[in-house]
Amino acid sequence: MRFPLYSSPHGIQENHVTRLMAQVLLALVPGIIASWWFFGWGVLIQIAIATLTAVGAEIAIIRMRKRDALPVIKDLSAVVTAVLFALAIPPFLPWWMTVAGVLFGIIIVKQLYGGLGYNPFNPAMAAYVFLLISFPVEMTRWNAPLELVTADPGLLASLSIIFTSVMPEGLSWDAITMATPLDEMRTRLEMGEMIYEIREIPGWGDFGGIGREQVAFWFMVGGIFMLWRKVISWHIPLSMIAAMFILSSATWLAEPDVNPVPVFHIIGGGFMLGAFFIATDPVSAATTKKGQIIYGALIGILIYIIRNWGGYPDAVAFAVLLMNMAAPTIDYYTQPKVYGQAEEEDEQKKVTSDEN
Amino acid sequence: MSSQDDLDKLLTKLHNFHGGLHLPEHKQESLQHPIADAGLPQQLVIPLRQHIGRAAKATVKAGDKVLKGERIAEAEGAISAPVHAPTSGTVKAIEVHAIPHPAALPDTCIVIEPDGNDQWTEKPAAILDYLSASPDILLQRIHNSGIVGMGGAAFPSHAKLLYGLKRNLHTLIINGAECEPYITCDDILMQERADDIVTGIEIILHLLGLERCLIGIEDNKPDAIAAMQQAIKVTSLKRTRVIEIPTIYPSGGEKQLIQLMTGEEVPSDGLPADIGMVCHNVGTMAAVRDAVLDGRPLISRIVTISGEGISEPRNLHALIGTPISHLIQAAGGYTDKARQLVYGGPMMGISLPDDQVPLTKGGNCVLALSENEAPDPEKARACIRCGKCADVCPVKLLPQQLYWYSHAKDFDKVQDYNLFDCIECGCCTHVCPSNIQLVHYFRFAKTEIWKQEEEKRKADHARRRHEARTARLERIAAERKSRLRKKKEDLEQKKPAAGKADAGDPKKAAIEAAMKRVADKKKAAQEKQQ
Ligand code: SF4
Ligand code: SF4
Repeated sequence: MRFPLYSSPHGIQENHVTRLMAQVLLALVPGIIASWWFFGWGVLIQIAIATLTAVGAEIAIIRMRKRDALPVIKDLSAVVTAVLFALAIPPFLPWWMTVAGVLFGIIIVKQLYGGLGYNPFNPAMAAYVFLLISFPVEMTRWNAPLELVTADPGLLASLSIIFTSVMPEGLSWDAITMATPLDEMRTRLEMGEMIYEIREIPGWGDFGGIGREQVAFWFMVGGIFMLWRKVISWHIPLSMIAAMFILSSATWLAEPDVNPVPVFHIIGGGFMLGAFFIATDPVSAATTKKGQIIYGALIGILIYIIRNWGGYPDAVAFAVLLMNMAAPTIDYYTQPKVYGQAEEEDEQKKVTSDEN
Repeated sequence: MSSQDDLDKLLTKLHNFHGGLHLPEHKQESLQHPIADAGLPQQLVIPLRQHIGRAAKATVKAGDKVLKGERIAEAEGAISAPVHAPTSGTVKAIEVHAIPHPAALPDTCIVIEPDGNDQWTEKPAAILDYLSASPDILLQRIHNSGIVGMGGAAFPSHAKLLYGLKRNLHTLIINGAECEPYITCDDILMQERADDIVTGIEIILHLLGLERCLIGIEDNKPDAIAAMQQAIKVTSLKRTRVIEIPTIYPSGGEKQLIQLMTGEEVPSDGLPADIGMVCHNVGTMAAVRDAVLDGRPLISRIVTISGEGISEPRNLHALIGTPISHLIQAAGGYTDKARQLVYGGPMMGISLPDDQVPLTKGGNCVLALSENEAPDPEKARACIRCGKCADVCPVKLLPQQLYWYSHAKDFDKVQDYNLFDCIECGCCTHVCPSNIQLVHYFRFAKTEIWKQEEEKRKADHARRRHEARTARLERIAAERKSRLRKKKEDLEQKKPAAGKADAGDPKKAAIEAAMKRVADKKKAAQEKQQ
C-alpha cells in the first residue's frame, strides 16, 4: 500500500481565509441594516454596485494573468473591500464614481501589488481617498438621516438619483442632504459658536448626529462579535479608541465650550467602522501585538489631529493610509522577545556593565 | 532555586508558555486495551542510525549467528549509541534499507532473520546496589545498553548525562507530558510500570548526585498521575514531585515543559543543563532501570498504533527493527479508511510512503489517518498577515515574517527573525487561515542554510588549500630567487674585491669590465655554436 507524503503537521487546519472573511461580512450586517434604516436604499445600492464591480474586476484581472479566478474570488476579500468602501461613501454618490473607486482599489491598489496579502495599502481606504480628491463635492454630499427630512426617496427614486443623477419630481438635493455632524461642528466652531449653541440645532442625538450614533453602535456590536470569534484581536481597536478618548477628553476637560464631548469623536464619522473593520485589515496593518497597539494608537491620534487641524472633516482614511506606510517599520522594532533570549540579553548587559 | 521548600511552591504555582494549542486528544482510542506483545516478525531490520549523532558501526557480518541482546554495532564517537540484536537469529545482510526518515531516504541497516528461540546472550550482571554504585559504572552501563531518549528525538542518553555532570545541575526533569494527540505509550507505561520508572529516576538522581526531581504529566492522564504518585510514595525519594501540567500542546517540548514547571527559560542557543536542569522521558527511565537491574539493553519499546485507519488501535510492546507492516497487523490491520501513514504524532511526525520501514528506538507512534482526520492540505494562499501563527507560537517567533523571508530566500533576514529557535512544533501551520505549510518552509530554509554553510566551509577549505598551494609555490619561487640573488651577490662581492685594487682609476676599471663582457659574450657564443 502506498501513502502520499506530506509535511507535518498532519491534522486538520483550523482556520480558513474564506471563513474569516465571511465572519467579517456577517459582523457588518447589523451596521448595514442600521445604515439602511437611517439613510435609506442608497446604502444597499452602493453595496451592490461596489460588490459587483469588485468581483468582476478581480475575475477579469486574474483571467488576464491566465490563472484560475475561482479560488481567488472565493476568499471573499474583494467583497469585504467592496462593502467597506460602499459604507464609507455617501449613499447617493453617482454610480460611475463608485465603480471608478472600486476599480482603482481592486486593480491598482490590490491586484497590481500581487493580490491579497501583498497590498501595502488598504484598498477600500485608498479608493476612498482617490475619490475624495477627485470629486470633493460629491464625496462630501451626505444625505440626512431619514428622520430629519420630510421627503424619503424610496428604492426607485434612490436608483434614479444614483444612476441618472436626476432628482425625481418633488425632490431636491437641498431637501435630502445635510452637513454631517462632524462638518457642522467644525464649521460652526470656526464661526465662533459654542458647543451648547451648536447642539441646539436639529439633528443632534445624545452624543453625535441622530442616526449616525446608532449606526456606529451597531458597527461596534459587529466588532465585538469579531473579537469574540477571534477574527480580530483587541489590540488595534482598543488602542485606537483609547488614544482618541484620551486626547479628546483632555481638550474637552480643558475647554468644554469649544470641544465636543469625547464620545462625539468616537462615534462620529467613520471612526467605529474604522476601528473595528478598517484599521484591523491584517494585510496592511502591523502584525506584532505590541506593534498593533502602537499602530492603533497612532491612527487614533492622527484622526484627532486631522479632524481638528487638517483640511478634511473626517480623517479615518488618511490616518489609516499613513499608518499603512509605517506598519513594516513598526513591526521591525516591536518584535517579541523570543523564548530563551532574555537571559542572553541580560548577560550581555551584565558583561557590558562589568566592562564599564 | 536551591532552597529546600521551593518544591511545594512549584506545585501550587504553575507557569505558562506563550501560545500553544488545545487539540482534539484522540487518546482514548488506543487506551482500550492493555499493552500487548507485537510478537516476532519474520525479519528484523535494525538501522545503524536510530539516534541523533553519528551512526553506529556494525560489528557483525552477513551469515553471523547472533543471540538476543548481543551487541551488533558499536558507538562511533561521543554522540552515538551501540545497537543490539533484538532476538536470536542470523544476520542476513547489512544493506541499505528504507527507514523512517523525513525525506524518505534509506540508510544502512542490519537485517536479522529470527530463529524463533529468542535465546539470550549472557547478560551483564545486575547492579543491585545501584544507590552506592559509582556514577561511572552506571554511566557505562547506560552507554553500553544503547539507551537513547525515547520520547522521539532519540538523543543518546549517556551523552546528555555526561554533559549534565560537567554542569552545575540542581534538578532532574522527567517528561511524562505526552502532549501530541493519539500517542499514549508513555501514559500506559506510567500506568503499568510506574515503579520501574521511579527506580530509573532513583538511578539517574544518584548518578547525577541530585535530589530534586520534577515529573511533568498533562492533567488529561489522571491514572498515570495517580500511579506515579503512588510509586514515589513507597520510595525514599523526598524531593521528587509529580506536577500536573495543563493539557496544551506542546507542553511536552523540553523547553516548554521546563518553562511550565519552573518558569525558567533555556537560553536560546543553550541546553537545559546550562540552567541546571536535565530532562529525560519516562520511557527512558524504564529503559535505564532495565539496563541497570536486568542487564537488558534497549531492544524493544512500547509504541502506539492508532488512527481511524487502524482496526484495533492499541499499544504494543515491540522489538526494535519490527517492520511497521507487522505492527499494523498486530493491531488488527488497516481499515478501508486508511489514507495517510505517519511515524510519530500528527503534529511533528513524519509521513511514510509505505509500511516497509522498521520501528526505531525513538518511534513512539504509528498512525494510519483517515481522510477525515488528515484531509489533503488545501492549496496555500498568500499570507494575509493575520498574526494567528504568532499568537500560537510557543517560542514567540513571528512565523509570518519567517515565511516571508524564507519564501524570498532571504536567509540572512530569516535568521535575524530567529529561524533556528523554531522547534517545528507545527502550531503555526495548524492555525494558518491561508493554509500555508509554514513548518515546511522553515525546514527548507534551515536545510538551505546548512547546505550553504557546508558549501562555504568546503569553499573555504578549497580556498585555503589553493592559498596554501599558491603560498608554497611562491615560497619555492622566492627561495629560488633568493638563492640566485645570493649567488649573484657572492659573485659581486668577489668582484668588488678585485675592483678595489684599481679603485684609483675608475675609467680603467670600466674599460676592463667592458672588455670582459665582450670576451664573455664571445665565449658564450662559441659555446653555443659547439
Ligand atoms: S497565520 Fe498564515 S496567513 Fe496568518 S499571518 Fe501567519 S502565515 Fe500569514
Ligand atoms: S513550528 Fe516553529 S514557528 Fe511554528 S509555532 Fe512552532 S516554533 Fe513557532
